[in-house]
Amino acid sequence: MTETQAGTGEAMASPVAPQVPAIELDGVVKEYLANGEVVQAVKGVTLSIAEGEFFSLLGPSGCGKTTTMRMIAGFEDPSRGVVRLHGRDVTNVPPNRRDVNMVFQSYALFPHMNVWENVAFGLRRRKTPEAEIKRRVGETLEIVDLVGREKRRPREMSGGQQQRVALARALVNRPRALLLDEPLGALDLKLRQAMQIELKRIQREVGITFVYVTHDQSEALTMSDRIAVMHDGLVEQLASPREIYERPATAFVAGFIGTSNLIRGTVDRVESGNAVLALDEGGRVLVAEASHRAGDPITITVRPEKITISTEEPAGGLSAVRGTVSEVVYLGLYNSYAVRLADGAEVTVFQQNALDSSSTAERGDAVWLSWQPHHSYAIGS
Amino acid sequence: MRRVRATAAPYLLALPAWIWFGVFFVVPIAAMASVSLTTGNILEGFQQTFSVSNYAAAIGQYHTQMIRSLVYGGVATVIMLLLAYPMAYWIAFKGGRRKSMYLFLLLLPFFVSFVLRTISWGFLLADDGILFGPLKSAGLLPQGFHVLATEFAVIGGLVYNFLPFMVLPIYVALERVDPRVIEAAYDLYASRWAAFRRVVLPLSLPGVFAGVLMTFVPATADPVNARVLGGTGTTMIGNIIQTEYMTNNDYPTASALSFTLMAVLLVGIFVYARSLGTENVLEAAAR
Ligand SMILES: Nc1ncnc2c1ncn2[C@@H]1O[C@H](COP(=O)(O)OP(=O)(O)O)[C@@H](O)[C@H]1O
Ligand SMILES: [Mg+2]
Repeated sequence: MTETQAGTGEAMASPVAPQVPAIELDGVVKEYLANGEVVQAVKGVTLSIAEGEFFSLLGPSGCGKTTTMRMIAGFEDPSRGVVRLHGRDVTNVPPNRRDVNMVFQSYALFPHMNVWENVAFGLRRRKTPEAEIKRRVGETLEIVDLVGREKRRPREMSGGQQQRVALARALVNRPRALLLDEPLGALDLKLRQAMQIELKRIQREVGITFVYVTHDQSEALTMSDRIAVMHDGLVEQLASPREIYERPATAFVAGFIGTSNLIRGTVDRVESGNAVLALDEGGRVLVAEASHRAGDPITITVRPEKITISTEEPAGGLSAVRGTVSEVVYLGLYNSYAVRLADGAEVTVFQQNALDSSSTAERGDAVWLSWQPHHSYAIGS
Repeated sequence: MRRVRATAAPYLLALPAWIWFGVFFVVPIAAMASVSLTTGNILEGFQQTFSVSNYAAAIGQYHTQMIRSLVYGGVATVIMLLLAYPMAYWIAFKGGRRKSMYLFLLLLPFFVSFVLRTISWGFLLADDGILFGPLKSAGLLPQGFHVLATEFAVIGGLVYNFLPFMVLPIYVALERVDPRVIEAAYDLYASRWAAFRRVVLPLSLPGVFAGVLMTFVPATADPVNARVLGGTGTTMIGNIIQTEYMTNNDYPTASALSFTLMAVLLVGIFVYARSLGTENVLEAAAR
């Protein structure tokens, strides 16, 4: 503590803010001491989640999602940084005094209580009148479709049902925000998809802010209003699902979300608003971004479904790259081609199965790949 | 044929266990039951009369010691519970990486024989022994002060000797409580006390149940502590049974007393299990 920190004036400014965010993390860092070594599980996360938003933390296992969520819930104290709930600094407030509830990865239901007692637990702790407990538990069990199962013990229920109990147990308290840590991770695919729709419906119905942790990109893309993609303790990109899919900000995001092709090169010239990368073998890549200058090294990504495969040289105004088909996989709705470029890089192309099979390429064919300039995204390193 | 063999297999596998159970439990119990229903004495021999007069006589003569044993065993069990729960809790939740070392320390005295341990307690508690002697000569204790040969010494000895049997099952039960479940309680607005009272304690009850069983029964029947640490006014039923059997050679009375003790303990355990809520205990134990 050598000097007081600057920039704590926000608290004074909050009354004039148009809408106070439900959750704010401000430069949050979490360090653990493991075997005498400091490990940073979260390396500095700043984000703000709006009231009523379905917000996802997405990233591979070990990237710090659970740690971030536990700091919001109050189970971990941040090593540095501030956590705010509805504008109030709760950094040092214990979990039982925070108006958020958590749905645990393993459900963590009380094994010695039946469904009803599990769901009523939070209300009882808050000394809610018995009549109101009855009404609210009943209502909540209706929302999660568990009416008639009140007397069951967790052990006597399927994974999906336990999942609903865990959800009801948190929802019944009408928290300002619900934190869900990979809540569907233990369910099989069919049930998981059904529960995704169910969760989305419940969130719309109750209008509570959801913070949803997952490592499953398709889950995050289908459910979220916004996604923070985490990698190695940092947020790599925070944007809408569409934005994240269409315009990945970094090579990591591009690689983690769906299939993506990375092409590296050097800007050759800027021509009618497009940066042009000259490739050997006469190919070219156009990037609809004029902020680059000749000589800049650049990496672009392009989604496989944006690329057209053809045997004739494409028209001007498109990226055009030559390569050889090294693999064709029939996938029903579309074919997946692996095309090897002259420099050895491999590009994946999805081509919808067209009515005419004229455009179908075979293994070993020399082909042209082409796409629109605005489908090339320059990304940070 | 194959079918019969397949269904019989589990029973055949359990055969050694059944033989063990028969030879070391059923046979001795039956023999003792039969002895308790004989009359006669060691000189003239015993006749199987199936008369229950041994029971009436034994209870009439020794009910004081019987009740005293139950009281000593009960008080010792309560003290052990009060000591053991915090110990087990501390080891399970605060023990960290040293858990196994603490458990080892707890069991360390057991590498010395039970009788020898009790005798050394006798040395410690002797009227002018290494503990009270200096205190008395320093004038901190009155000269007449003594602990040995009182109920305090006997109950203290029982507590000392059986404590680990209370700690271990409670520790195992607490150790099995999922920390996420405790966190869930905090997340649902429970204070530390409420989380303990509503979640940790109920989930540890199977351990408490087992611990009480494993200490109350042997403590009540124990002859060693009363013999080594007690006096004439602290004789327990275990001492009586031992004397009747070994010294007086009155096998029928000794057997009748043993059976009476067993019956009383079984009834006690049954009542205890009901009062704790067997359903809860068994349910939690079956997790
Ligand atoms: N209590 C802890 N002690 C030491 N390291 C931890 C602890 N909790 C988490 N970590 C480390 O922090 C990193 C992030 O963990 P976590 O937040 O659980 O990731 P995720 O939920 O994204 O899989 C991991 O490398 C993990 O090993
Ligand atoms: Mg996790």
